[in-house]
Amino acid sequence: MKKVFGFSLILTMVLLLAACGSSEEEGANANESEGEGALEGSVTIDGSSTVYPVMEGLTYRFNQEYPEVDISLNSSGSGGGFKKSTVGEIDLSNASRPIKEEEKQQAEDNNINLHEIEIAYDGLSVVVSEQNDFVEELTTDQLKQIFLESSDVTKWSDLNEDWPEEDIKIFSPGHDSGTFDYWNEVILEENPMKEGDNTALSEDDNTLVTGIQNDPYAIGYFGYAYYAENKDTLRALAVENPDGEMVEPSGETIQDGSYAPLSRPLFTYVNVEKMNEKEAVSEFVEFTLNNAGQAAEEVGYVSLNDEEYQKQLDEIKEMME
Amino acid sequence: METKNLKSRVLKNRVMKSLFFSATVIALLFLVMLFYRVFSQGWGYLNLNFITSFPAPYPEEAGIWPGIVGSLMLMGIVAVVAVFIGISTAIYLEEYSPQNKLSEFIRVNIQNLAGVPSIVFGLLGLTFFVYLFGIGYRLLAGGLTMALLILPIVVVSSQEALRSVPAEVKEASYGMGASKWQTIVRVILPAAVPGILTGIILSLSRGIGETAPLIIVGAATAIYTLPESLLSKYTVMPIQIYKWTARPQEEWQFVAAAGIIVLLVILLLMNAIAVWIRNKYQTRY
Repeated sequence: MKKVFGFSLILTMVLLLAACGSSEEEGANANESEGEGALEGSVTIDGSSTVYPVMEGLTYRFNQEYPEVDISLNSSGSGGGFKKSTVGEIDLSNASRPIKEEEKQQAEDNNINLHEIEIAYDGLSVVVSEQNDFVEELTTDQLKQIFLESSDVTKWSDLNEDWPEEDIKIFSPGHDSGTFDYWNEVILEENPMKEGDNTALSEDDNTLVTGIQNDPYAIGYFGYAYYAENKDTLRALAVENPDGEMVEPSGETIQDGSYAPLSRPLFTYVNVEKMNEKEAVSEFVEFTLNNAGQAAEEVGYVSLNDEEYQKQLDEIKEMME
Repeated sequence: METKNLKSRVLKNRVMKSLFFSATVIALLFLVMLFYRVFSQGWGYLNLNFITSFPAPYPEEAGIWPGIVGSLMLMGIVAVVAVFIGISTAIYLEEYSPQNKLSEFIRVNIQNLAGVPSIVFGLLGLTFFVYLFGIGYRLLAGGLTMALLILPIVVVSSQEALRSVPAEVKEASYGMGASKWQTIVRVILPAAVPGILTGIILSLSRGIGETAPLIIVGAATAIYTLPESLLSKYTVMPIQIYKWTARPQEEWQFVAAAGIIVLLVILLLMNAIAVWIRNKYQTRY
């Protein structure tokens, strides 16, 4: 019995000691630069789960170069990130959509200046199962008919007489995701999406992949990376762009902008005051612009042109002076 | 007539036996399938490097070390907080509180609390610890939130343990002129410790697998330093695993499976300690 009490006593002591040592760390945040390579401080990042894989690559490599900097990376969604960045809780806020008006307003109310940085492109891919042998391409009007609540298209044959008389099964990311927000803006144009038995929502893109794979009458959309990894079981449809051409998503068509309107830029928003105060943050932003292209390609996203990164880098340098 | 009756009774017995047996088999079957899937997927990625590495963007280099350290430190905070508050509450409810409507009301509500979804505790933790107490998205806030989550279970199991101390032993202590406090410290608590500890470790096992409340109170997803103090940024195993399963590339599913194996091993170890404590001290009375 004594042993057991002793054990819990030791546990308590250890924790109390840990508590005592806690005050030092706070001071380390205000970093002074003393020589090269000794960069210290902290960078806190939160936001979109779509941007997360790119950011993970960047933070990983940044950490290898500057091991003394404490980096913490979260992914609570584009909206979740802005909730924290607009009140100054974090340094960088990742987003798969531009900042909304009300979020901008909130930041202004708190005297926070968020600077937008484009780090990569993603092509929202409209996909069907490999087992689907009738659809090759869709116009944006047809996409609207499939997804909009107000349309009475429920079967594939409603769109095209030659297509089977089977219910269209819709797979869509959940309403909290930036991917849905983008779709909502570009395709749905803020009108309600179909609901009910033939619509499945999920925040987990892998769930959507599995659902569409096994159903020849299913259709869905998600980030290009998830399609690229499942090319043997999924087929991406060509979508009509504003010039009237049918374009399939690929690295080239997304980068040169011909895959429209479903190409979207991925962002991170940096808190300008934090960037001026903390050398670790400004260093990380520069690092991001120098390495984002490669980090994006590694995880299946599409890099911007080198000039676009350079232009943003010049902007940042200007702001710093 | 007699034999016919006997036959039908024997038959009924057989049917019921096979029914219960198949129920057991179904439960076991799913467990075996789970183990098979996790081990067949994760085994190849499970090595020392995986255990001692930090997160990385490449599946071969990714590791769960900050998650292990974070989870164990979190459990340390939870254990201390839940032990003191939980046992004290149980002692009050069992030994001191008068048997009236109010204490009955408290008792019932603590039991209800044990069934509240964990996400609700996350929101509570966000409001109180992160914002109101100004702790921020740090280890201490996560630990206190998790302590709240398992507190009801600790209280209920400690109450059970206190209640199972035989009345004769207490009476004997009072009979020798001991005060209530003396009786509690020297007689009741020592006798109830195995039960209390088992309850605490089992509820810690529940806590170590929780993800939802910690996401809300801001556990990081990727972190490249170990938490140094109660006010450090931190991550835990289930969040790392959850994030790996959401990646598009297939290899990440294997990394996640390797993470699940590590989590399972730690969980089983904790449960084994609970069983060991129970067996070692149980046969006192």
